[in-house]
Amino acid sequence: MASLDRTARSFLLSELITGFALTLKYMFKPKVTVNYPYEKGPLSPRFRGEHALRRYPNGEERCIACKLCEAICPAQAITIEAEPRDDGSRRTTRYDIDMTKCIYCGFCQEACPVDAIVEGPNFEFSTETREELMYNKDKLLSNGDRWESLIAANLHSDAAYR
Amino acid sequence: MYADLINFFTTTWLGMALVMLAQCLAVTVPLLVAVAYMTYVDRKVWASIQLRRGPNVVGPFGLLQPFADGLKLVLKETIVPSSANGILFIIAPMIAFMTALVAWAVVPFDDGWVIADINVGILYLFAISSLGVYGIIIAGWASNSKYAFLGALRSAAQMVSYEVSIGFVLITVLLCVGSLNLSKVVLAQSGWFWNWFWLPLLPMFVIFFISALAETNRTPFDLPMSEAELVAGFHTEYSAMTFGLFFLGEYANMILLSALGAVLFLGGWQSPIPYAPFTLVPGVIWFALKIAFLLFIFSWTKGTLPRYRYDQLMRLGWKVFLPVSLGWVVLTAAVLTFGGWLPKP
Repeated sequence: MASLDRTARSFLLSELITGFALTLKYMFKPKVTVNYPYEKGPLSPRFRGEHALRRYPNGEERCIACKLCEAICPAQAITIEAEPRDDGSRRTTRYDIDMTKCIYCGFCQEACPVDAIVEGPNFEFSTETREELMYNKDKLLSNGDRWESLIAANLHSDAAYR
Repeated sequence: MYADLINFFTTTWLGMALVMLAQCLAVTVPLLVAVAYMTYVDRKVWASIQLRRGPNVVGPFGLLQPFADGLKLVLKETIVPSSANGILFIIAPMIAFMTALVAWAVVPFDDGWVIADINVGILYLFAISSLGVYGIIIAGWASNSKYAFLGALRSAAQMVSYEVSIGFVLITVLLCVGSLNLSKVVLAQSGWFWNWFWLPLLPMFVIFFISALAETNRTPFDLPMSEAELVAGFHTEYSAMTFGLFFLGEYANMILLSALGAVLFLGGWQSPIPYAPFTLVPGVIWFALKIAFLLFIFSWTKGTLPRYRYDQLMRLGWKVFLPVSLGWVVLTAAVLTFGGWLPKP
């Protein structure tokens, strides 16, 4: 009897029909995809995206060239050279990040004693050449200027948990 | 003046050639547009089944996506592998594409709307669809690559196996019609939609559809191009427009088999209800709607079913479909003979 039942089922394609009915039902369900370039998902304040070098509100750059970020970087993506400036303060003359090496671990911003290097909320910085991904100090500082308000808000909202 | 024109187009060699060319274009151009949009519909249907959106950026609702894809294929470089047999490598996609197109010569789009109204239309279609396998075998062999070769072998074996059961399906329909002419097949199904052959020959319709999936290498029978094992099967080594021709040929074949299904089982150009508002709609539109319906089931199947294993595929073809379709041929013949319903020649 059981074998008859099984044969009848397979000849009447009952399993196929159930499956097809299910996919037909799904066809009319609302889409779950985020329509990416036009709408974007939420980002955590801890999101580690494109790097930026921040400034103090008076326009002075925060980085003091302690090279802790360079030391901790597991991918060795950061290169720093430093000299005392004319006014005697110690500043970087070169701050490069090779974004093709970077693994976005966030150790640099953890290491930074003055919150100078941070990973901002920007993740849309793809380029058409590799050379454009070799960031220098100017690029990082301009990133900082561009994203400062968002970065500051994120740091503020996350400060309680650090 | 008009008499001269009519004379030119009906009697002179050049005039008749021009008419023939125009007819071919009138079939081929809409067919290619249909192929382009079939890829779009496919992607949209799969996307909906998976709760995705599908192409929606190029043009309104992504409607220009097929043309963007086509343009990309045309502009890319055709790479001929150094170990490939150059001439055959280039010819194979042409064969695959051409066989998919020439079959349309005998398909009736409406009453009398057929390029070649030959008496052995079904036989011609069957023969041409068998020829399509040559393009694939030649492609697999000429590529001189393991994946392509294995894919071609699988494809050939699969198409040959399922052509057997398609053959029996065709024989059943022929028994009921008494003619191999596709227009006569359609005319034999006149009347309400339950007079079409899909209902009286329902099991054969199902077998036909499943075999059509196997013939066109579609899921669940897309073993020849099963990515996990064979990269892309017989067109692994192909790029740009040579790949494009295979792709177009595959979709054209799908549309062709849907058209064949519409002609054999869904009453071709006939309206489902033989009364006024429905019969006023041109037959071409009914025919297109029926093809579109079958094509939708093609996409729906691809969105639903996983791939068969190769031995399962062969088992289904030879151990299930062959005996069932053979038995149904005998049964139909017996019913027609003893019921006195044999069609008069």
